[in-house]
Amino acid sequence: MAVAWNEQRVQLGEVKLRLWRGGPKDHEARPVLVLHHDIGTPDRLPFYDALAEKFDVIVPNHPGFGEPERPNWMRHPRDIAALYQWLLADLGVERAGVVGLGFGGWVAAEMAALAPRDFHRLVLVGAMGVKPPEGNIFDQAIVSYIDYARASFHDQAAFARIFGDVSTDQLVAWDLCREMSFRIAWKPYMYSQTLPHLLGGVRAPALIVWGDDDKIVPYSAGQAYARALREARLEMVRNAGHCVDMEQPEALARLVIPFIEQN
Amino acid sequence: MHVMYFTEQPMSAYPADIGLEAGHTALMFSNKYFDPVAGSRLYNEYLEHYIYAEEQGVEGFMLNEHHNAPFCMQAKCNIFASILAAVTKKAKIVLLGNPLPLAENPVRLAEELAMIDMISKGRLVSGFVRGGGQEQLANGVNPAYNRERFEEAHDLVVAAWSREGPFRWEGTHYQHRVVNPWAVPLQKPYPRVWIPGVLSQETIIWAAKQRYPYIALNTSIEATKKIWELYDKVALETGYEAGPENRGYLQQVHVSDSEEKAEKNARQFLWMQGEFTGLAHPVWANPSGYFSPTLRRNFVEFAVGRAENPRGRPTFEQQVADGRVFFGTPKTVIPKLRRVLEETRPSIYGIWGNDGTVSNEDARTCIRLLGQEVMPAMREIGKELGLRDPFETNAPVHLKYSTDLKHMPQAAE
Repeated sequence: MAVAWNEQRVQLGEVKLRLWRGGPKDHEARPVLVLHHDIGTPDRLPFYDALAEKFDVIVPNHPGFGEPERPNWMRHPRDIAALYQWLLADLGVERAGVVGLGFGGWVAAEMAALAPRDFHRLVLVGAMGVKPPEGNIFDQAIVSYIDYARASFHDQAAFARIFGDVSTDQLVAWDLCREMSFRIAWKPYMYSQTLPHLLGGVRAPALIVWGDDDKIVPYSAGQAYARALREARLEMVRNAGHCVDMEQPEALARLVIPFIEQN
Repeated sequence: MHVMYFTEQPMSAYPADIGLEAGHTALMFSNKYFDPVAGSRLYNEYLEHYIYAEEQGVEGFMLNEHHNAPFCMQAKCNIFASILAAVTKKAKIVLLGNPLPLAENPVRLAEELAMIDMISKGRLVSGFVRGGGQEQLANGVNPAYNRERFEEAHDLVVAAWSREGPFRWEGTHYQHRVVNPWAVPLQKPYPRVWIPGVLSQETIIWAAKQRYPYIALNTSIEATKKIWELYDKVALETGYEAGPENRGYLQQVHVSDSEEKAEKNARQFLWMQGEFTGLAHPVWANPSGYFSPTLRRNFVEFAVGRAENPRGRPTFEQQVADGRVFFGTPKTVIPKLRRVLEETRPSIYGIWGNDGTVSNEDARTCIRLLGQEVMPAMREIGKELGLRDPFETNAPVHLKYSTDLKHMPQAAE
């Protein structure tokens, strides 16, 4: 099916946001907000394409992640969550599905907790944001940019497929991402102590997906999400690291698309 | 000219081969290799060295601190400063310095420093640093706000010292309901603040805008001259003319009673494998957000091993040739130091005398020769060259206490 993508720039108060929006050319589709990892995102990924065959997909670049212009006032991922509520309001988007990938999963969970009645479906893939009952979220501060991104994959061939030889531009983008991660999620590192207590109000059914070889966020965090949310299903994707979306896009799409298509 | 003695206080009693094998000797190098029995002996030896140094005529002690690393045993320079305040009589206690961003409570830091100043009867020079990247990680402090915290903590410490309390502080990184420390410094308006640094232009500019002396740490002579160029330019823009009283220089100088022994011991300056802060992963030394955005492109290449360390790792011979490491007897060293003073014209000079595994006996010999021969000679050379230090010129402690500004400066940032 033909998918049309276009790049948009949106101004939300002081924040300039860049986003990609794509969907089926020929009919109206349900809006789905996709929130990317802490290492930023390539503009296009097969997983995004798969979603855009069915849905009106909105992929914002998180403010400060990979873009030189950074909102210096931000202090917490909840600030991004509130900003994205503003984005959806300005775009006139109602009852969206939200798909949060890794760090983006944290933002997605915060959005759902802030507005528990707003969303159609919530999908969290290897989501940060809660303290894993067992193990810790991998600390990127002590490894290089490439080593951190590599640790996000089960199969290094998949890393190479996405990032190739890693350009200097990519390294600079990763450094910007890392700086923004530090600015808003340094301590406690990559989780909120209050979020688990707020998830119980979320009305949207949730799908929690974990790679079976996620070395960044322990599976126990997925279990914690599944326990905290009212209606959640926990699924594992085989042969996948933290970046399930990049490594096993088809398998992930097979889980996510029918889940969001439900009414 | 103010000449002071410095040592990193190395924890030399650890298996260096294991560090080399691990590829790092800082931050993540396990403290299971720390031997507290040797640590206790070494702390006490270092303490004896300072006392002995004063007896031999040394007029200043430069102290610093680092964390999670064998190359420096001082984890809190205020501890040694406190002891020296009580057990020495005349030498200046020069902290270069307290890493301000690590302070969660700068008011408490201001109190500690005020106590040291009073106990030492006004001998404190309270330098401040940003702290290396690894210090942020070792203390769980966000490197992305390092410079903001440095500047705000400085403002708060100075306010706590010099503003009548009680007052309230509602800053970006620090909020205090009541700032009203009972203990305030003996020196007025407040103890002298010197700012050491290595690389960051932002720090040089900031120091020049405050009119705080900048102490170049073990930089090459050429790099040091470039630092003064920038400092002097900012000083002129700010409304004053910088001179020797604004300049400090720390160099590695080991003296002994024979050339051979001096060279053998001077090679210990490479004990940290040629790095200023031990062997470490580049992203520990320069976490994201810590370094200047202007260096981002160069740094990321270095961090993944595609480029050489921008600071280089010169050999011992290169460092000797470049005038970064000096060794010899007082007779051979003094003429070399004269040339450094002639070329770079600092009024504050730190002698990094002993490092690595230099024996206690050789360290004491070095200190004796520095105190009795090298330092007096340098002070004479300083007089001859007009290198008057901030105490001699009674330089203003901060720009705002200047009486000689050429035009009304913009408020110091």
